[in-house]
Amino acid sequence: MNRDANSPFLLRPPVVNRIVYSLYAVCALSVLLDFAIHRHEQLGFAGSFGFYAWFGFVACVGLVLAAKGLRRILKRPEDYYGEDEP
Amino acid sequence: MTAWLANPGWLLIAAGLLLPALPLRLRQGLLLAAPLAAIAWLWQMPQPTIVEAEFLGYMLTPLRLDSLSFVFALIFAIATFLCGLFMLQVRSRLEPAAALVYAGAALAAALAGDLITLFVYWEVTAIASALVILANGRQTYPVVLRYLLIQVTSGLLLMAGAIIYIRSTGGVDFGRLGLNVPGGWLMFLAFGIKAAFPLLHNWLQDAYPAASPTGTVVLSAFTTKLAIYALARAYPGTEILIPIGAVMTAFPIFYAVIENDLRRVLAYSLNNQLGFMVVGVGIGTELSLNGTAAHAFTHILYKALLFMSMGAVLMRAGTIKGSELGGLYKSMPFTTVFCIIGAASISAFPLFSGFVSKSLILSATAYQGAWIVWLVLLFASAGVFHHSGIKIPFFAFFAHDSGIRCKEAPLNMLIAMGLTAAACIGIGCAPGLLYGILPYEVNYQPYTGGHVLSQMQLLLFSALAFTVLMRTGIYPPELRSTNLDFDWAYRRFAPALLAGGNRALARLQLQQGIERVQRKLLPRLGDLLARPGPVWGTGAMTSAVILMLAFYLLLFYAS
Repeated sequence: MNRDANSPFLLRPPVVNRIVYSLYAVCALSVLLDFAIHRHEQLGFAGSFGFYAWFGFVACVGLVLAAKGLRRILKRPEDYYGEDEP
Repeated sequence: MTAWLANPGWLLIAAGLLLPALPLRLRQGLLLAAPLAAIAWLWQMPQPTIVEAEFLGYMLTPLRLDSLSFVFALIFAIATFLCGLFMLQVRSRLEPAAALVYAGAALAAALAGDLITLFVYWEVTAIASALVILANGRQTYPVVLRYLLIQVTSGLLLMAGAIIYIRSTGGVDFGRLGLNVPGGWLMFLAFGIKAAFPLLHNWLQDAYPAASPTGTVVLSAFTTKLAIYALARAYPGTEILIPIGAVMTAFPIFYAVIENDLRRVLAYSLNNQLGFMVVGVGIGTELSLNGTAAHAFTHILYKALLFMSMGAVLMRAGTIKGSELGGLYKSMPFTTVFCIIGAASISAFPLFSGFVSKSLILSATAYQGAWIVWLVLLFASAGVFHHSGIKIPFFAFFAHDSGIRCKEAPLNMLIAMGLTAAACIGIGCAPGLLYGILPYEVNYQPYTGGHVLSQMQLLLFSALAFTVLMRTGIYPPELRSTNLDFDWAYRRFAPALLAGGNRALARLQLQQGIERVQRKLLPRLGDLLARPGPVWGTGAMTSAVILMLAFYLLLFYAS
């Protein structure tokens, strides 16, 4: 507890939890707004319910998982090219 | 002569050349006054302004100010001022001097109305920008050599293309070219190198993080956007640019996710933002070209802001590695806020500058019905929020307490960041300011309920993905590492291939040499020895020995 009190405010677990729960709430709200606001789209499929929400989520999870896989192939030691750190 | 020198670009170049001779206070004054004068000069110049001058029998156009070049020239001048303010405390004479010459050459290149003038300034930007990197110290030397090699190659391609074009058409005008004109592909490639097309891109991620905290800010503004301008001028509607640009938006963000050097993360995201502009050029409608110009304008500002904030962190905390940083928001509260404003702008949050410029390009893509490209751009938009919008501020200022306690950035840096942040919000809240100076008339309303909602859904759920991945421990941690990119091809593979080839060649030559000796020299020697009587006198013998020694001496020095 003492350590908590010394760590910067925004890094304390209860504070972080509160921020995360607020994000969940705002996410849910933004999808619900799809019922209230008509999105005028050029491309028909983009007008479907919650399209941007699920696309954003899937895109980012896919991006991170793919990058994580790429790291296995591409990662080398920091001094791989044998040059001084600029 | 005045036709050449009466140019806002030359104002900056002259200031840069004069700067090293001045004491610190005057240097600082010049660093602020010269760009301000250039902005004022550009602002009052009527459009179009054409200045022509004869040179070696060609009618050149050292200055052409029209609606397209104005946008780029203006943002170059504004960026020069902001960079000058940010580097005001720099004691070195080289960096600010090189920065002014570099910025001036970029500005003059954007105003160049013919290919010869463009080529000259194109090369000056290469050399001056290399000096900006070199100003960070001797350890940058290998990076600078690689950087120069690639930049000069771009210049050579431009020169070759321009010569072919001028010889076969007789015209020197730098206007719409397209790929089908003589030399068109060479010039396209020259612009493509500097615009960091996929596989031609690595100079950017290699060189930009090597410059000083202030130097990188300067570099981020000019070279690549000059290339975007050149593409928009010469290759609008060139369809191959659409897939090239789409790949550019998506490919670098995978690297950005796993890169540890936060300034290199920004270099990857710079590359990704250029992709949006390249797509805009490729579509080639008035809406998309407006989008490219607008996005270049806002991008220079928010990217400079992000590089400024990371430069301030590097300067104060002594490192810019995500694996070493964290929890800095208490030590650098203002820098944190400015960084978040830059992050919100690049992520295209409503009310921030990226939203009003990127929308033009995305809408133009949707109007064309190019749904695959549109989906790639949407994926890249989510991705850029993920790695630039969240990763950069999160790992530097939050994440966990790294234990680093440092001072806030110096006042001049804070003012520079504050002004840039204000510009990002100003453009985002009042897009008419930016739309009013675009090349074509704008009939576009970014702030509709549906548009704001769709963008917010995209961003919120990207943030949700980040949060879920962080809390489940799936998100890859920041690690000290080098990630192989295409530069591996010329930093490792090609040298290894050459070395192997050399060894094989050496062996081959040795073998041939031995055979030749056996075949030709030995029988002769036999003849010689078989010949009766004294052959060589002492004098001749001595001469031969001296010659042989001289030959060895030569070999010694030559090797």
